[in-house]
Amino acid sequence: MTTQFRQGIAQALENPNLAGALGRFSEAYVVSRAKAYEGIDFEALRDQIVAAKGYGSTHLEELAEQFTERATAAGAQVFRTSDPREVRDYIGRLCREKGVRRVVKSKSMATEEIHLNQALQAQGIRVKETDLGEWIIQLCGQKPSHMVMPAIHMTKEQVAEIFSKEVNERLAADIPRLVQVARRELREEFLQADMGISGANVAVAETGTLVILTNEGNARLVTTLPRIHVAVVGLEKLVAKFSEIAPIVKALPRSATSQLLTSYVSLITGPSPGPDGAQKELHIVLLDNQRSAMAKDPKFVQGLRCIRCASCLNVCPVFRLVGGHVFGDVYTGGIGAILTAWFDALKSSKDIQALCIQCGNCTQVCPSRIDIPEMIVELRKRIARDEGQPLIQKGIYKVVNNRRLFHSLLRAASKAQKPFARDGMIRHLPLFLSGLAEFRSLPAVADEPFRDRVRRIAQPTGLKEKAVFYAGCLIDFAYPEMGEALVKVLNRAGIEVVFPDEQTCCGAPARYGGAYDVAAQNAADNVRALRVAGADIVVSACPTCTVALKIEFPETLRGGGKPELAAEAEALSAKVVDFSSLVSRLVDQGRLTLRPGESLPSVTYHDSCHLKRTLHVHQEPRELLRKAGHEVKEMFEADMCCGMGGSYSMKFPEISRPILERKLANIRKTGAASVAMDCPGCVMQIRGGLDKGKDPIPVKHLVELIADRLA
Amino acid sequence: MFELFKAKAEAVSAEVHRFPTSTGALDFITETLRKEGVADAPSSWAVWCEGPLRREAERARLPDRVPGLHFEVTRDRAAGSKVGISEFDWAIADTGTLAQDATRPDKRLVSTLTETHLAVVRTGSLLPDFASLLARVDPSRMRYLACVTGPSRTADIERVLTIGVHGPRRLVVVAIDEEGRVDA
Repeated sequence: MTTQFRQGIAQALENPNLAGALGRFSEAYVVSRAKAYEGIDFEALRDQIVAAKGYGSTHLEELAEQFTERATAAGAQVFRTSDPREVRDYIGRLCREKGVRRVVKSKSMATEEIHLNQALQAQGIRVKETDLGEWIIQLCGQKPSHMVMPAIHMTKEQVAEIFSKEVNERLAADIPRLVQVARRELREEFLQADMGISGANVAVAETGTLVILTNEGNARLVTTLPRIHVAVVGLEKLVAKFSEIAPIVKALPRSATSQLLTSYVSLITGPSPGPDGAQKELHIVLLDNQRSAMAKDPKFVQGLRCIRCASCLNVCPVFRLVGGHVFGDVYTGGIGAILTAWFDALKSSKDIQALCIQCGNCTQVCPSRIDIPEMIVELRKRIARDEGQPLIQKGIYKVVNNRRLFHSLLRAASKAQKPFARDGMIRHLPLFLSGLAEFRSLPAVADEPFRDRVRRIAQPTGLKEKAVFYAGCLIDFAYPEMGEALVKVLNRAGIEVVFPDEQTCCGAPARYGGAYDVAAQNAADNVRALRVAGADIVVSACPTCTVALKIEFPETLRGGGKPELAAEAEALSAKVVDFSSLVSRLVDQGRLTLRPGESLPSVTYHDSCHLKRTLHVHQEPRELLRKAGHEVKEMFEADMCCGMGGSYSMKFPEISRPILERKLANIRKTGAASVAMDCPGCVMQIRGGLDKGKDPIPVKHLVELIADRLA
Repeated sequence: MFELFKAKAEAVSAEVHRFPTSTGALDFITETLRKEGVADAPSSWAVWCEGPLRREAERARLPDRVPGLHFEVTRDRAAGSKVGISEFDWAIADTGTLAQDATRPDKRLVSTLTETHLAVVRTGSLLPDFASLLARVDPSRMRYLACVTGPSRTADIERVLTIGVHGPRRLVVVAIDEEGRVDA
């Protein structure tokens, strides 16, 4: 990671305007977005968009040809190129040939991608952005920090200062007044411009139609007043059918700004007469710039379905802290990291993509159902392949890959930590590691891991069913009591728990870091270790481990050079279940009864990322808590990441910390007596945070609360 | 369907008025132009582009009664106008949207450059949603399909909703139950 990048993060985190604006927006967004989608079947709408954009992204060549033919027939001039430089040259030449001196632009990310403004200005042309946010950014020479709201990081005072300089007049920081200044200043630009440049939100192949959505009305002026209209359109905007505009227009405003529809929607098919009655010129530039290459890559083709609503940014726990100047380039956030890797270069996104914490929140809101975290992992894999892993990481992976060494080091650590540990917590670490325990206490490595303790548990004899327990590193070495609680619960339901000693790390840290070979070795070791005759259940009390075992192993093994074990991994996958789902099933079957308490303290439940979004389990734990006699008090943003993200909190402690602080504040606001969750990683983060703040709220894994309430 | 249209349009700051006949609508428009202070002076004009209701206004010699109201729409006339009047072909209920074939540039000039936009639409043209509009139009015969939902707006400074950036600050929908007369 470059020092510059690290400094950028620090600056963004220290900027109160940015954090305040983005934070308030992201909190309001969840509510207003839900309202905008009221009465709409979001999944059905997604199906339609995925169908339209999915077809488009896999038929770029065909649709581009058809679009060109139809738009040309309608009188437009279509120029198609893969090279950004050719776009700049084409428009530059057009300006020279047609005597264009002044250009007005409505928002177009494609032109930002190819740095068109700079090229035209170098040619002596006056280029004015007319979208209010873009104009502010242009005047102060900055870059947009958000795809939909380019100037969200600026205050009205800053805008007043910029405008004051522009119009030579002392302006107050009064927003309606500032907007009027923009109206007045830019009106003249519209009237005098020779050329209007726009983007397009959709391009329809069967009709040659461009669709443009705006709120300010600037695109209508840009496309109406000047005698020449140039639209720069990325190939991924293509859809086959005219009717396919409908689902995109339905989703885009709702997802972008929580509006039912933008103030203006314009459908342009060929040139229309200009204000003077003479036919206008319409030039459409179809920009490829790696889009065709992306379409051929099975891992990344889904990225072309993006409709640029930026809802993924609005729900991202990291983006709302650091904004688009750090998390992104021209295109921002997680999707920005992906598009940057393609439209610019893989190495350009190296630092940016690392910011994704893999919480998956974006996958819930993307109207095109794009899996950004999955593509980020693929980027990591390719970056690691091209550049290799950093040395320290490589060393760690080497250890993790050798179970005996890994486990004996963990045992050694339980001795070495003695000077720092008290009541099972590490609150301070030697200087070089202090960042890690600065904002949260860390759990001490247990004196005796679960793998040793389990041997002493006397399980009842004669139990008819067997379940394999996959503990995962945290329960095994930090929280063995959770494992003991699990054995107690399952025994009560008549299930014997088997703990195979050969099990090792699930490989998630390596996989999410892009080290597939390491992850595949872990997967292979575990697939072999978990072969237990007569056991139809493999249970884990860690959602991340569950996802690895249940969902990722087959693909990890194939991608990491061990395809021969993939079939066995699939058979294993069918047996794997998370703790909450298993217990919920046992309760429903009447095999386990929870003893409702008379007046148990209230609990708030934190949804762990993998449990909620990958395994889709969120009702079950709440229902179990209620059945056990607890009142469940919902917290705000219950399913927002706690900031742990496995090794993420070690890599970016400065980001992990404020994410955690927000979570802790939301927990405290419920007034609940304790907080429960299903993930030992979240327990580590949240318990550590509360401990550091000397907050007495107990943090419990669900397994512990259930074990206490067995009838 | 009209009630839904009205609710959705008003939710995005449009004003909606309904009249059984063109006569009632013309009276309302005349009154609105007066209240807006339309006068025969630059930046106080009003422009009204071609359409059935305008033909009725022509017959009623409305410009004689409202100084500053012009039926000839040029770029400069529109840029100097306070009020623009145009007639829409469809209304969309579930978003409170108006839509028109705006291939003729004057239709856009009166609704982009002015501060107040009076948008005339017949209630019989109401469609349930955007998809039904798409099913009805033929883009090969329509160079510029314009859809308008509320006045021009922005939230680009501190996310504060501000009405009237580059387009009209006020959108007044004049809905008429009576069909527009083809021979009018």
